Amino acid sequence: MVLVLAIGDLHIPHRAADLPPKFKSMLVPGKIQHIICTGNLCIKEVHDYLKSLCPDLHITRGEYDEDSRYPETKTLTIGQFKLGICHGHQVIPWGDLDSLAMLQRQLDVDILITGHTHQFKAYKHEGGVVINPGSATGAYSSFTYDVNPSFVLMDIDGLRVVVYVYELIDGEVKVDKIDFKKTATTRSSH
Amino acid sequence: MVANGVEDEEKWLAAAIAGLQQNAFYMHRALDSNNLRDALKYSAQMLSELRTSKLSPHKYYELYMRAFDELRKLEMFFKEETRRGCSIIDLYELVQHAGNILPRLYLLCTVGSVYIKSKEAPAKDVLKDLVEMCRGIQHPVRGLFLRSYLSQVSRDKLPDIGSEYEGDAETVMDAVEFVLQNFTEMNKLWVRMQHQGPAREKEKREKERSELRDLVGKNLHVLSQIEGVDLEMYKDTVLPRVLEQVVNCKDELAQFYLMDCVIQVFPDEYHLQTLEVLLGACPQLQPSVDVKTVLSRLMERLSNYAASSAEVLPEFLQVEAFSKLNNAIGTVIEAQVDMPIFGAVTLYSSLLTFTLHVHPDRLDYADQVLGACFKKLSSKGKLDDSRATKQIVALLSAPLEKYNDVVTALKLSNYPKVMEYLDSETNKVMATVIIQSIMKNKTNISTAGKVEALFELITGLIKDLDGAHEEVDEDDFNEEQNSVARLIQMLHNDDPEEMYKIICTVRKWIMTGGPRRLPFTVPPLVFSSLKLVRTLQGQDQGQDENPFGDESSTTPKKIFQLLNQTIEVLSTVPAPELALQLYLQCAEAANDSDLEPVAYEFFTQAYILYEEEVSDSKAQVTALHLMIGTLQRMVVFGVENRDTLTHKATGYSAKLLKKPDQCRAVYGCAHLFWVDDQDNMKDGERVLICLKRALRIANAAQQMSNAARGSTGSAMLFVEILNKYLYFFEKENPQITAAVIQSLIELIKTEMQSESVTPDPGADAFFASTLRYIQFQKQKGGAIGERYEPIKA
Repeated sequence: MVLVLAIGDLHIPHRAADLPPKFKSMLVPGKIQHIICTGNLCIKEVHDYLKSLCPDLHITRGEYDEDSRYPETKTLTIGQFKLGICHGHQVIPWGDLDSLAMLQRQLDVDILITGHTHQFKAYKHEGGVVINPGSATGAYSSFTYDVNPSFVLMDIDGLRVVVYVYELIDGEVKVDKIDFKKTATTRSSH
Repeated sequence: MVANGVEDEEKWLAAAIAGLQQNAFYMHRALDSNNLRDALKYSAQMLSELRTSKLSPHKYYELYMRAFDELRKLEMFFKEETRRGCSIIDLYELVQHAGNILPRLYLLCTVGSVYIKSKEAPAKDVLKDLVEMCRGIQHPVRGLFLRSYLSQVSRDKLPDIGSEYEGDAETVMDAVEFVLQNFTEMNKLWVRMQHQGPAREKEKREKERSELRDLVGKNLHVLSQIEGVDLEMYKDTVLPRVLEQVVNCKDELAQFYLMDCVIQVFPDEYHLQTLEVLLGACPQLQPSVDVKTVLSRLMERLSNYAASSAEVLPEFLQVEAFSKLNNAIGTVIEAQVDMPIFGAVTLYSSLLTFTLHVHPDRLDYADQVLGACFKKLSSKGKLDDSRATKQIVALLSAPLEKYNDVVTALKLSNYPKVMEYLDSETNKVMATVIIQSIMKNKTNISTAGKVEALFELITGLIKDLDGAHEEVDEDDFNEEQNSVARLIQMLHNDDPEEMYKIICTVRKWIMTGGPRRLPFTVPPLVFSSLKLVRTLQGQDQGQDENPFGDESSTTPKKIFQLLNQTIEVLSTVPAPELALQLYLQCAEAANDSDLEPVAYEFFTQAYILYEEEVSDSKAQVTALHLMIGTLQRMVVFGVENRDTLTHKATGYSAKLLKKPDQCRAVYGCAHLFWVDDQDNMKDGERVLICLKRALRIANAAQQMSNAARGSTGSAMLFVEILNKYLYFFEKENPQITAAVIQSLIELIKTEMQSESVTPDPGADAFFASTLRYIQFQKQKGGAIGERYEPIKA
């Protein structure tokens, strides 16, 4: 059982002062094995905070990020799954599922994690799973008027991944869960 | 020389102890054989060691303790003797025959102890006799230890209330008298030490005196333990007598120690009830006495007393503690003109803490204290004493901690005045404390007036203060400004009118920050404003701008005007990429508010920045992504405006420096001509033109690569373009047919198999997954399956 935190679009301090206290008390160091961050932290303080939760931190660049050295995209393997990360402002139209599917094919990954829209999404298509952890601080978004703070925790176990989404709605943390199973597809070799 | 002195002292002490032990040995032998005469003889000899002048107080104490232990055995022997029939009065007589006065008096006290216990005479008589006899020793060190001995042996024999020694003729008053007299004499001896010896050894003397102080103070402790000393007796007798001695001895060391002792030893409620008397003594003390420490400790005790239980609070009010302390402090500060500023601030700081504990609801008292402090500060000018500034930070932090609410602190009219006297460094420290308090307590600052007051206080962070030209560490500076940015998020009011005023106030302040600060402070202000726009939209859904509406009411339009002027100033930094991003955010918001000209203006500004200021290739790519992405979502533009902006965007795309970037931007532009949920925005032809252009660029890239490097680079771009074709194919763009897709697939296959191509596993994998995707769509069946049927992968 490998726990992966997917989090992003915090926009501290431009659009939010801090993570909601209820989230902060849930995110304790030592429990999570990997952190995947879609970007737009925006400052070093937030980077350091995430790093303190788990040293294995993977970040891609959001357009407001202070540190311009984060990569545009990143791929990594955890267990049986290949994961891809991209902030998402580069994929036009923004939030478009088909365009995101294209990116997924391009990166050749089972799970694609993107952000930018601040809307939580988790859905499956033939190529794999696309996850948007939303904004962990509920930051302002031109996409939607209704932003609840949210983040995602993935439990990767063999060929199965359980996606837990934590949303702060009206002051209460609500949890939802979605199950995905990877079919061991045969890939043609070149 | 000094080392020799210490060595010598060790030798003398060792010799004295040896002498003492030898005599003690013989004394024990005498005790064992009930030989009173010899016991007295050897004990007197033993006690003679205490006649030495050679030892420092510290060493003398060691000798004294051994003698003390031996005397306990002697006392027991005396008790036995009286039981055996020896008359205690005779014994009392007998010991006075000892040759030297010091041993004589020690023995007398020892017998006296047994005498009192026997009750053959009233305790008060014996005690009076002893305390007067001790006057025979006028040498300070010897005298102090002798009287200390007297105090120790008499401790449990005082005619206190409820004690066995109380009688009709003797009362607790006598006990008090005895202790007071002993105390007075001891203090005189102690003070006399100061004037002994040459002037150059003053420091050494003071150190020695310091070692002895507890002997004197012990008497006060004894007084506090006497049951019969109730508030009345304390007020009428004990305190006046003690203070009389303290004031009259005119000795700095004694006065400071004893004042403090009184404060520490007697109960707090006594202090409250005698506050005036106690405070009245302060101005009478020697000017060199550290009165501020005494007063601070008194206030600290009283603060803790107040904090311990709410029941005691009315007492404070009854005795008017606050005004008495306030006056006393004022008097002291006025009297001691040379008091360093940090001393005065410490006093006010203690008084403020006291006030906050005792009168938490009386903001006017707290304000009074700050006002008095401010007055003192204003006579001194700006501070550069680090101890003083530390105290002022403590002073100013106290109300924040107590009230947990900056807003309350803002009500103290003198608070900002005191802050003004901080140097710029400390001002920033204090400002940071204030911001942290707000963040920690999630204080909501909800009116423009409060925001104004708050920013007054934290001026040091908002702009460069005069005279502050020191280089600030970059990390520290960033941290400061980020905390200001976070602060801006806490300024909020649900009422749009008030919120607008808040935004204007904040804007006014951050505009003074200069180019270094604007990139930190402008974005949070912009987003606060955009949130306000949304609130307004939520409020009057469907209402058009009312031409008869109140001119002064807040409208989205007004806010957008403000935003325009605000983002403009980023050009002074310069921060073109940031400004561009913010313009686009505003454009989207204007789109949601259905304000076409405003949205167009924002786009224009963004485009101008792109053309004139964004020159870094990587930055251009990002900027273009944002411009295209934003434009793609715009619904407010009419055909002409949209065309103009789209045309420009495609133009920029084609002019990016690197061919792959060009290619990607151009096929991205294809989406500008196709908006899924709006049928009149689906221009299949223009989409195809874009895609074809992208293809041409990809080809050109291959050729360039061939010419420059001898290989044609990877086929990745072609696969990407294929995927875009598939996207529009699925959206049923009539210009894109299965045949078109097919030929593109063949093209890529050929490219990949050609010898001159650079092998790229990424491109290969992408192509493979694309083909898999096509298969999958074919197998879906239904309309999609049919559409895909003709394509052979």
